[in-house]
This record gives sequence, C-alpha cells and structure tokens, in this order.
Amino acid sequence: MTALVSRADGRRRQRSHMGKEMTSAQTLSWFAGHELRLAWRDWATMMAGGRTSRERLVTVIVLMMVAALHWLAFAILKPVLAHGVELDVQTLIVLSATMLTSFSMMLSQAIEHVTRAFYARADMDLILSSPAPARHLFTVRIVSIAMTGALMSALMLSPFINMAAVLDGPRWLSAYAVIAALSALSTGISLVVAMALFRWIGPKRTRLAAQIVAAVVGAALLIAIQAVAVMTYGNLSRLSVLTSPALVAVLPDVSSLVWIPARAMLGETGPALAMLAGCLALLATAIATHADRFATLVIAAAGTSDDVQENASRKRPYRSFTTAQALRAKEWQLLARDPWLVSQTLMQVLYLIPPALLLWRDMGSAESMHIILSPVLVMAFGQLAGGLAWLAISGEDAPDLVATAPVSLTAITRAKIESVLAVVAAGAAPFVLAMALLSLWGAVVTTLFTALASAAAILVQLWFRSTAKRANFRRRQVASKAATFSEAFSSVFWAGAAGFAASGSWYAVGFVALALAVLPITWWIRPRA
Amino acid sequence: MTAPTPTSPALEIQDLRKTFSRPAVDGLSLTIRRGEFYALLGPNGAGKTTTLRMVAGLLNPDAGAISICGIDARTDPIEAKRVMAWVPDEPLIYDKLDPMEYLEFVAGLWGMDAQRAERQARDLIRVLGLESKASTRCNGLSKGMRQKVALAGALIHDPALIILDEPLTGLDAGSARQVKAVLKERVAAGATVIMTTHILDVAERMAERIGVIANGKLLAEGTLDELRTRTGRDGETLEEVFLTLVAETSDEAAAA
Repeated sequence: MTALVSRADGRRRQRSHMGKEMTSAQTLSWFAGHELRLAWRDWATMMAGGRTSRERLVTVIVLMMVAALHWLAFAILKPVLAHGVELDVQTLIVLSATMLTSFSMMLSQAIEHVTRAFYARADMDLILSSPAPARHLFTVRIVSIAMTGALMSALMLSPFINMAAVLDGPRWLSAYAVIAALSALSTGISLVVAMALFRWIGPKRTRLAAQIVAAVVGAALLIAIQAVAVMTYGNLSRLSVLTSPALVAVLPDVSSLVWIPARAMLGETGPALAMLAGCLALLATAIATHADRFATLVIAAAGTSDDVQENASRKRPYRSFTTAQALRAKEWQLLARDPWLVSQTLMQVLYLIPPALLLWRDMGSAESMHIILSPVLVMAFGQLAGGLAWLAISGEDAPDLVATAPVSLTAITRAKIESVLAVVAAGAAPFVLAMALLSLWGAVVTTLFTALASAAAILVQLWFRSTAKRANFRRRQVASKAATFSEAFSSVFWAGAAGFAASGSWYAVGFVALALAVLPITWWIRPRA
Repeated sequence: MTAPTPTSPALEIQDLRKTFSRPAVDGLSLTIRRGEFYALLGPNGAGKTTTLRMVAGLLNPDAGAISICGIDARTDPIEAKRVMAWVPDEPLIYDKLDPMEYLEFVAGLWGMDAQRAERQARDLIRVLGLESKASTRCNGLSKGMRQKVALAGALIHDPALIILDEPLTGLDAGSARQVKAVLKERVAAGATVIMTTHILDVAERMAERIGVIANGKLLAEGTLDELRTRTGRDGETLEEVFLTLVAETSDEAAAA
C-alpha cells in the first residue's frame, strides 16, 4: 500500500514538474530537443565565439569550402567513373580495409564519447535528482553519439558521394546508409565495451582504461597493416600489403558475403539497407539492455572523484627552489601523477610504432630510411610539444597563485616552456640516437626540425593561451579551431621540410618557408583580448 | 626595484577605475593602514572583487594608482607581489599535489629558504587543522579543506598585506573559527588583512574599519560606530547600517 502511494506521489510530482504527464515518447523527444539545442549552441560558440556576425562569416566560409571540395571530388571521380568501377577482389580488399580502418577510428571515437557520457557532470545532478527517467536521457545521449559520428563521417565523404551520384546515378547515395550503419554499429559495440569495463574493473578505472582501449582500437589496424608492410616489404605503405597476390589468393571471391559492406559502399542498395537495418537493431538492443543501469553507473562514476589518494608518507625534506625550478618541478610532478593526461598526450606516440619497427628492421642496412623516418618523428614530437605546451601554458589549475607570485610573466612562461622542451627532448632522444646509427645527417635533420616544430607549436599555444583546467585537455582542440589548424599545418610543413632536408633536396627550403608563413598568419588571427 | 617603506600605508588606492561593459570600479580611493583588519563590503556586483583583483595584479586598471606598503604596484608589480598574498573565493589549487607539496611549490614561487618554508608549512598545517590531510592529494579534500590549503599558501611567506575574497564561504563553524583565529593572529603580529565578505556578523566582530562600496564607488568608510553615526542608526547591527547605506544609493540612483 505504501509503495503504491509513493509511486502515485511520484507520478503526481512528475506531472506537476512538467505541467502535464508525458508519455515515454514525449519525454524522449523532449530530451532530444533539449540536447539538440545545447549541441547547436555549443557548436555555434565553438565556431564563432558567440558572435552572430562571425557565425554568418563562418557559414559562408564553410559553404565555400564545401563547394570547393565538391569541385575537387568531381575532378577526381569523373575519369574514374567514366570507365566504370571494376568489381574484383583486389578492389574489394582495398575498399574493405579502408572501411575497416575508418570503422576502427569511428569505434575509437565512440568508445571515448560513450564512456564520457557516464562521467560528464555538467547537468547530471539536476537530471538525476528530477523525476524524469534517466534511461530516456541515456537513450538520447547514445543515439546522439551515433548520429554525430555518422554526421561527421558523412560530411567528410559527402563531396565524393554526392559527385558519384551526379556522375553515375543516385545508387551511390546508399553510401550514406553504410556510414549510418557503421556509426550505429560502432556506438553499439562501444556501449557493450563500456559496460564490460564498468563490470570488470569498476568505475574508478573505467575512464582511463576506455581511453587506452579507444586509442589502441583507433590505431591498431593501421599500425598492424603498416607493421606487416614494414616486416614484409620494408616500407610503410599499406597498399603493398593490400594489393599483394598472397592476400588476394587467400580471400574469397567477389560473390562472398564478406564483401557486403564494400559492395554496399559501391552503390548496391540492397546490401546497404540490410546493413543499416542490422546495425540499427544491434544499437537498439544494446541501448535497451543497458539503459536501466545508466543512473546507477553515473552515480558510481561521480563517487570516484571523491576517492582519496594518499601520498607515501613524506620523508623528503623541502628543497630550496628558484622560481623557475619550482615551476618546472610542478609541471613534471603534475604530469607524472595524471595517467589520464599522460595517456592522452602519448596517443600520438603510438603512431611511432611502425617507424620504430622500420628503424629496428633496417638498423645499419638501409641508407635512405631516415628520409621516411625523419618527417614522422618531427610530426609526432611537434604534436606532442603542442599538447604539453597547452597543459603548461593554458592548463594552469592555480592561475591566481602563479599570477600573484613575485615573478615576471616572462620568467613564468620561460620556465613552463623549458619544462615542455625537456619532456620532448627526453622522448625524442632515443629515436634520434637510434637514427644516428642509421644516418648522422638524418639525426641532425630530425633534431633540428623537431626543435623547430616544437618551438612553432609552443608559439601557437602562447598566442592562443587561455585559462583552462588541465582536466579540459580534451577540449583544447575544439576550444580553438584556429589554433588546432595552425598547429597541424605547422607540424605538416616542418615534417615535409625534414623529409626533403633528410633527402638533401632543396624543396626543404620551400617547406621551411611555408612552415614559417604559418606563424605570422597564426599571430594575425590570434585572440586579441 | 622599490623597497617597502615602514611608514607608508599597507594599501593606498587613488582614483581607481575599471570599465567592462559598464564602470565596475569608478574613481575609488582607499587608504588602509598597516596592522589593520579591514572589511570591504558591498552588494553583489558592487566592484569589490574587481578592486581587489586589480590590487593583486590580476587585472589591469584603466586608471588610478595602487601603492602597496609604499611600492607602486603598477610600475613595480613584482616587488609589490613579494609583500602581498591573495586568496580568491574559489580555492584554485593543484588537485594532484598534497597540501605539503602545494606549500613547497608556493614557497618556491616566493623564493623562500627551504628550512624556513618547511617549518612554516608544518605550523600552518597544524594551526589550520590539516595534519590528517597533509599527505592527501587535494582532489580528495572538501571545499573547506581546500580553502584552508589555499589560505596556508597565502600565509607561508609571511606577507605584510593579505587580501581575501570571501574566505569563509563553504567553511564549517570549526574551520571558520580556525581561519578567523589565524587571521587575527596575523593582524596582531603586524600584518594587514583586507577581506570581502557577505557574512556581516564576521565583519562586525573582526574588522577594525569597514568600507562599503556600491556601483564601484566608496559609499562610506570607518569604524562600525562611525558608520552608525553616519547613517543615524546608533546601536544597530552592521546589517542594518549596511542596508541603509545601500538603500540610500539605490534611492539616489532612482532619483537620478
């Protein structure tokens, strides 16, 4: 009786909160509308910094870029589609591998996003303390992850899909169904992975473990194919593996069900719709199975932030530090104690595995290997410097303390830059030393251009400095697209310059000029406030 | 480089101005003597925090002069910071350091001798009741504990001027008493404390002089008795005096 009364009270409360009683579908659509509005405002702010006039400018620029990409896709596809696509096993292998690589990246993103849904604090206290069913919010958030993943991939591929449809008929539009299916599948699998991690290792470790799993999943396939290419063919090209006669010989012929995703991508509507239906059903099942545990896990995840970590009893006496030493020691100590941040920062180093293999395989034998390795190392350590520079320069958790210390801003900045460069140097040193055994010139070039790429990445972070919590490291790339693109262009150009310099080509000068040109442009577009 | 002068006021502000979308601080002048406990009061948005952030060197004024212990804070900010400490309302400390490590870092920023720093740190940890948490990383501390760690960081280098923005927010009764005791002890030892607070009882009991600001302007300043006389509220609490002063401003603004 008491239970009945309290349930009735609960229903009455829900009614009074929402004005009238909502059906499940209405609650779902209400949550969806709410999420959509927040997502849109978030995106608009991210792109335009909240200024309406800039929103219009951004829209115009995006439309111009979309038009340019469509033109490019048209130019590329016209000669290809004029001869028709030959449906042989080799084409299907290359396409399937490309789709699988894209899928692994989608899966990686989805694992991160799904796990983050359990740890996001922003509005959870409000929603979980309301009578609205948490499983509805969960459903909306998971579906929105799937839709966002599909949308991002579709946006990237849309110029090619649209132009293929224009040139060769609307059947090519079925590729959109394949993208949606892959995104639904990756989200469904991510949900299962996240739930399994919660069950096996508990909420305290799930976040870090999920991040590592995501990184490994995202990079594993690409690295594995490259590793096979390195070990078998002595180069980093995936095509040498995918187009090898040995692989073609062991795989089934074109009529096999294995090739359904590739055939769907090539414009076969039936397989595309079948894939979409199957993947959506899988996602729906995963959501239905786990939705009821959402609130419990969110609450458990929230409890982990209150976990107390005791440092080993203090034996070491205080040391006298100069300001610079204190700042450097603090940066290194914070970095060493944050495995989540370290794993975020070191993700890029995962991609160094294939070149490291190449180094190991060709140590002392290949004379031109430094030409391939040098740009890879410059790129990776340039990116690493950018990430660390953000942590040191913008990710200051006690900005008031540092700003009120009797030290000049220049001295603070210098100490922070030194702490970044020391970590980059420590990371790059083993690779450079190994390369010196292969080619002294390659080692010199790698050292020089790693230093230049790191300096450029640090400058970008200095010009785009903003106060942020270190925990918001993930958001640094969405917080300023301009900084992200500048950093990326800078790394690419310095890497290019390193490659040409390593080969002794004068083209290196051109790339150096391009890399240097990025800096004044970045300075010009930096935030003025 | 300017050295602090022993006879000059702890803080002297003249015609300080700062405008965001509207004037936040509008020609404010204040003089706070050495060894004084001064409470800066005002309604929300009055300009208290903006004023103190400019004094602490966290915000550049549009105009005006700030002198800390005789040091011009605008021309020689480093020397001014050397004798000053700032405690914000939100304790921004490093989650991954424990209180002892945090204090070691602060001591490093102020270039303190290691032995003296460690002695001071242990004293502060004890006085503020943080002994059981001295080796606990700060992300495991409550807001009140974090506030006390931030306060310890502000006091470790024995500043002559301590500026606190709402230092008692989020503290339980016991912790608030500890903080008040530490601050009183510092004032007794010759330091100057400037504090903003919305807890008027605390200002009434602790502050020797009180300044009330609204709309970035100083409305009144003096001891509690002087403010009572100024508002014609003899024998009334600071709350009554404060509300009268603020209401006068609102009436004047409405009339204008």
